[in-house]
Amino acid sequence: MAVTGILLVLFLIAHMLGNLKIFVGATSFDHYAHWLRTIGSPVLPDTWYLWIQRSVLGIALVAHIWSATVLARRARAARPVRYAHRPKVQGSYAARTMRWGGVIIALFVVYHLLDLTTGDLNPVGDPRRPYANVAADFAPERWYVTLFYVVAIVTLGFHLRHGMFSAFRSLGQQTPRGERRARAVALGFSVALCAGYLVVPFAVIAGLVR
Amino acid sequence: MNLTLRIWRQSGPDDPGRMVSYPVPDVSPDMSFLEMLDVLNERLTLDGEEPVAFDHDCREGICGACGMVINGVAHGPERATTACQLHMRHFSDGQTIDIEPWRARAFPVVKDLVVDRTAFDQIIAAGGYITAPAGSAPEAHAQLVRKSDADAAFESAACIGCGACVAACPNGSAMLFTAAKVTHLSLLPQGQPERSTRVVGMVDAHDAAGFGGCTNIGECTAVCPKGIPLTSIGRLNRDYLKATRDRDGAPGT
Amino acid sequence: MELFTHGEPIADTKAPDGPIETRWQRRRFGAKLVNPANRRKLTVIVVGTGLAGGSAAATLGELGYRVKSYCYQDSPRRAHSIAAQGGINAAKNYRNDGDSIQRLFYDTVKGGDFRSRESNVRRLAEVSVEIIDQAVAQGVPFAREYGGLLDTRSFGGAQVQRTFYARGQTGQQLLLGAYQALERQIGLGRVEMYSRHEMLELIVVDGRARGIVVRDLVSGEITTEYADAVVLASGGYGNVFYLSTNAKGCNVTATWRAHRKGALFANPCYTQIHPTCIPVSGDHQSKLTLMSESLRNDGRVWVPQRAGDDRPPREIPEDERDYFLERMYPSFGNLVPRDIASRAAKGVCDSGRGVGATGLGVYLDFADAIGRLGRSTIADRYGNLFEMYQRITGEDPYEVPMRIYPAVHYTMGGLWVDYDLESTIPGLFVIGEANFSDHGANRLGASALMQGLADGYFVLPSTIADYLSAGPFEPLTDDHPEVAAARNDVADRLARLLACNGDRTVDSFHRELGQIMWDHCGMERSDTGLRKALAEIRSLREQFWQRVRVPGDGEGLNQALEKAGRVADFFELAELMCVDALHRTESAGGHFRAESQTPDGEAQRDDDRFSYVAAWEFTGADRPPVLHKEDLDFEYVHPTQRSYK
Ligand SMILES: Cc1cc2nc3c(=O)[nH]c(=O)nc-3n(C[C@H](O)[C@H](O)[C@H](O)COP(=O)(O)OP(=O)(O)OC[C@H]3O[C@@H](n4cnc5c(N)ncnc54)[C@H](O)[C@@H]3O)c2cc1C
Ligand code: HEM
Ligand code: SF4
Ligand code: FES
Repeated sequence: MAVTGILLVLFLIAHMLGNLKIFVGATSFDHYAHWLRTIGSPVLPDTWYLWIQRSVLGIALVAHIWSATVLARRARAARPVRYAHRPKVQGSYAARTMRWGGVIIALFVVYHLLDLTTGDLNPVGDPRRPYANVAADFAPERWYVTLFYVVAIVTLGFHLRHGMFSAFRSLGQQTPRGERRARAVALGFSVALCAGYLVVPFAVIAGLVR
Repeated sequence: MNLTLRIWRQSGPDDPGRMVSYPVPDVSPDMSFLEMLDVLNERLTLDGEEPVAFDHDCREGICGACGMVINGVAHGPERATTACQLHMRHFSDGQTIDIEPWRARAFPVVKDLVVDRTAFDQIIAAGGYITAPAGSAPEAHAQLVRKSDADAAFESAACIGCGACVAACPNGSAMLFTAAKVTHLSLLPQGQPERSTRVVGMVDAHDAAGFGGCTNIGECTAVCPKGIPLTSIGRLNRDYLKATRDRDGAPGT
Repeated sequence: MELFTHGEPIADTKAPDGPIETRWQRRRFGAKLVNPANRRKLTVIVVGTGLAGGSAAATLGELGYRVKSYCYQDSPRRAHSIAAQGGINAAKNYRNDGDSIQRLFYDTVKGGDFRSRESNVRRLAEVSVEIIDQAVAQGVPFAREYGGLLDTRSFGGAQVQRTFYARGQTGQQLLLGAYQALERQIGLGRVEMYSRHEMLELIVVDGRARGIVVRDLVSGEITTEYADAVVLASGGYGNVFYLSTNAKGCNVTATWRAHRKGALFANPCYTQIHPTCIPVSGDHQSKLTLMSESLRNDGRVWVPQRAGDDRPPREIPEDERDYFLERMYPSFGNLVPRDIASRAAKGVCDSGRGVGATGLGVYLDFADAIGRLGRSTIADRYGNLFEMYQRITGEDPYEVPMRIYPAVHYTMGGLWVDYDLESTIPGLFVIGEANFSDHGANRLGASALMQGLADGYFVLPSTIADYLSAGPFEPLTDDHPEVAAARNDVADRLARLLACNGDRTVDSFHRELGQIMWDHCGMERSDTGLRKALAEIRSLREQFWQRVRVPGDGEGLNQALEKAGRVADFFELAELMCVDALHRTESAGGHFRAESQTPDGEAQRDDDRFSYVAAWEFTGADRPPVLHKEDLDFEYVHPTQRSYK
């Protein structure tokens, strides 16, 4: 979990930084999207790097979901009879929403790929003009897309907050001071990441990006 | 005060079980929770019904025998308090209280609120010890132990093996219990030689017993009557990663 | 009917004579050994997994014997030893404060009011040193100093700091050490563990203890278990008083059943009443909670000078308080031994100066200590005890003095054993609180843990070999007449309890029995009181067998049935305790006879008439027991009147 999660986190960081290029302007953003396809050349043929990255991420994602499923099944098996009085959450909400949160994020990722990678669900759907695709996505009249995006990102924030803390712990973080630090880093990072992803749609709505 | 109890009644392992309501009048706020159940049981006995079975022994919060989920919380609403040390002054007149057994596959219900926690003993038997047969011990002062290590080891050694951590864990994991023992022993110099075999053996026994996997949620620490910290699980993970790396590693690694 | 009859004297024939310093060494050398290959063929049953039983079973397993271990709890780790708080004594003299094996020996004999056997106590003091080494090697996290050395404190009337401790949870930590060693043997397959099994009868064949009848508390099944020797480590019988600091399940059944089969029961009337317990709060009270004795190191005990003064404690000015222990015992003050502190507290309460709603309580005040050492030091030393107190009473001891009152805590009496810890039934060994051996008429603080572990780790494993070397004995089967009889007795008794179907609960009888015992066989005993108690116990016992109601059946878990069987045995024990107390017209240690006191109200021993162990033989539930005396010789520690003034 921790290892695959971390790969995904690294991707999320890179992806966010890339997204933020949208503020630099349409050409720069389009150029970035194009550059993605040519990294590594001339050593690697065009789009190879992208495919390597895609497959690593894909494998990470599958492995991640697979281990989460194993854990969830074990959890279910470990408590065959449920409590009649539903336990109240004593620990953290973020921790208790990992599984459903994960599913929401996964659905989002699917939509997201169909939307901006293949373009099937995008009103513009022109792979050579990602800037326009994005701007079209978050147009005010398509508020439900924005809403879904926001929900997914906030869910991701929760997911990351506990996930990162949990990863530190799984990899052996063991002191109380370290725990406070790990929690702070996880929280700070998740907030930053959420903010980074959320400025894009809001900027589109606000008309800063069109 | 007057209370309504809704208690899980299950006559044996094969009975599906159900919640049954009992009014309990005239509860004194100075009673402990178990004394309140004693009063109910006296009445049930005289009325010709079977009293509610529940485990208890020391009634001082140290033996770890007692344990029940009270209104959805293992050991009830007071933090760092076992069910036997919980007093009725924390409840209010007219309240309805749900009482259920620990629920976990590895802790099958024996009867009513009594569950079988043998799985915990199996985890200890799989490595939760330091091998020191009687007669073999060196002079106690032959090895000094840093006070901070001794104190930290004590904190973890304070686990009473009650099983509340499992009852509260959404994954039904017993990692806090396992980690408490691993931490206790791995902090002490005497515990070093078996450090790797201990953690691997205990985690394997934990998984084999049918407990769930840990996802570091933290419900366990919240209900633990001895406040065993979540950091102990980090220590277990670290020891485990190291141990599985060196599992068949050469001597001296 | 006579109360009792006299029988032949008995004597310990196993302790070598000659210099006491080398007796244990010589006994070990003189005892026969069992070679390792034969140990595998010998089975030992150990009933109880407390400090005594847990350590014994683990050690016997390590030696290679086949061991079967039993406890009534769901896990061996929950034995009552887990609750011991204060600490464990050992003559390490790490403090260089004048301690030695000789001094621990001396203190223990004197503390026991010269009613214990010198050879045993001397051995206990010697072995104490090894126990600490053993526990440390197992990873018991004793308190340490900054330099990494073990910390010690002074405890319960000792003038040297020889008590090792792990916060207020020493018993827990020591027991977990023994439990882990036991689990290791279970994992290795050398010990078979039977949790939730209760021993209900001893099987004696051809005069040897050869097994036990047990009830599986989960399935209700009654089975017979055989062995070449049986070890009882089933703890004390303080619960005969209903309210005590013992765990709810503590019982006399295992030892009482053995007593009925011929093992003599020694000094049953010696009970220890602990001075610092949380007072009773109402009729619902189900047990009493001990506040560690260590609290008396820093707390000061007082009551108002004026009877009926019900001002809140903080409003009572210093000169209207009576720090009665400091006043009565200037040299030991608040640290006088338990029996003395308890009686003094009872005295001030009887004079109407007790505090709290019931008037049965005295203050234990930390205000001075907090002023002198600071709140955080006090929190370091006693934090968990203060929290426990607050949890139970709802009062904050940092602000308001604690209220404490004496409660039954420990029983010095138990099955009679010789130096080898063997009872009068060959092959039946008794260790820990279940035997009578080392504490005489009063046990010093932190000495029970020491004794339990000494017996289990070091003494029994050596001495039992001498007996086992004659084995293995002839195999037994369920159709052997003695075996079948034992088993049928158990089944009949359970059936009788279930069949009564009367109108009173087991607890109501137990409470009533406890009250009789507390009133007449508690802190102060008198001829008239004890005779009254005997009459009351007998009639209550008859009623019990007619009117008790045990719901459910014998199949499966039935906690009321378990309790009923235990209470039935307590009734018989209670009578013997009263007879013993009645016959011993002197005061000694925990046994205080109103008729035998010094002019200033201290216990007055009568060495000329009572310097013996009273070992009782069972002759039938309604027949007078037979008294066998073991004379006590004091060659090394000469009896003096104890004085803590
Ligand atoms: C609150 C408290 C605090 C104490 N503090 C201290 C202290 O600080 N220092 C000190 O030295 N001493 C202390 N003592 C005394 C000491 O704890 C006990 O005397 C000692 O632990 C007894 O150990 P044991 O092994 O003999 O028996 P126990 O620990 O009582 O064990 C009895 C065992 O026998 C089993 N058993 C009993 N009956 C049956 C049966 N019929 N069938 C099957 N199994 C049975 C039980 O399951 C249990 O495993 C304290 C006692 C109390 C109550
Ligand atoms: C069905 C889908 C998913 C489920 C059930 C799920 C479940 C989980 C769980 C249980 C953890 C905690 C791991 C631990 O305790 O060690 C976790 C962590 C994490 N998840 Fe997911 N997840 C899902 C999808 C996703 C997706 C789509 C992403 C990214 C886009 C993602 C990113 C992360 C990250 C970054 C972590 C955290 C860090 C880590 O553990 O290393 N997850 N997930
Ligand atoms: S870790 Fe805490 S909750 Fe879990 S068994 Fe130990 S004491 Fe009980
Ligand atoms: S009964 Fe012992 S911890 Fe509650």
